Amino acid sequence: MQICTDYQDKVLYLRLSGEMDEHNAAAARLYADRLAEGYAQSEKAVIDLKDVSFMDSTGIGFLIGRYKKFRRYGIPVYVTNPSPGADKVLRMSGVYTLMPRI
Amino acid sequence: MENYMKLEIAALSENESFARSAVAAFALYLNPSISELEDIKTAVSEAVTNSVVHAYAGGGAQNKISIECRAEKTQEGGVLHITVSDGGCGIEDVEKAVLPFYTTLENDERSGMGFTIMQTFMDGFALESEKGRGTKVRMFRKLGGNREGERMNA
Ligand SMILES: Nc1ncnc2c1ncn2[C@@H]1O[C@H](COP(=O)(O)OP(=O)(O)OP(=O)(O)O)[C@@H](O)[C@H]1O
Ligand SMILES: [Mg+2]
Repeated sequence: MQICTDYQDKVLYLRLSGEMDEHNAAAARLYADRLAEGYAQSEKAVIDLKDVSFMDSTGIGFLIGRYKKFRRYGIPVYVTNPSPGADKVLRMSGVYTLMPRI
Repeated sequence: MENYMKLEIAALSENESFARSAVAAFALYLNPSISELEDIKTAVSEAVTNSVVHAYAGGGAQNKISIECRAEKTQEGGVLHITVSDGGCGIEDVEKAVLPFYTTLENDERSGMGFTIMQTFMDGFALESEKGRGTKVRMFRKLGGNREGERMNA
């Protein structure tokens, strides 16, 4: 699991790639949380799942965890480009009510 | 025609990806669509991850998870039966454990949706577990038939 970052017009983009499972999530959590601290001035954060090739319930925990972390800095989080499989998992767990899909 | 495989792996998170990919590779025998394969991989990942993180807290390569698959070819396509079992701590209250959002590991960013995902993504699901006696998850998924989607290996 890798995260590429982009910061444009006060929007922080986190582009995730690889497989989001329990084994891969730990490093991604640490990295994303450090970004939240480093870019606390962001007006919003967008988590881009375009290159995530697999996601199970670990992805739900990961996204909700980041939502809580970013909220501490007053930064709303959005999700974009989930695969059909990831979208199914995120829809059934209600993740989009916290972090809308754009 | 029937086909069968059994896999025994160390209960390590490193093996989660291997386990779901191995089951997906076996499922190709039934000519599944891409979305059917995705569903199967996700359900297997949930069951195996549960055995890694809940059954054997503390971990170690001496702890084993067994994955058994039986594939049946039918006129409509096929049925894939999957059993994932461990010899870990077991579940005290099975009825509670399968409820959406129920988790005993909230602090680890678990969401409690694993069993709900298995139930939704598969056509059949059964959980057998007892405290101290390990856990067995049995699932099946019908492939082909009236479901739409592009076939692999067509
Ligand atoms: N193999 C197992 N051995 C022991 N306990 C288990 C096992 N599988 C599940 N459980 C128990 O059942 C609960 C619910 O499991 P479920 O997969 O639905 O959620 P979770 O694993 O806690 O979170 P998520 O799967 O969303 O990351 C777990 O929190 C755990 O207490
Ligand atoms: Mg689980």
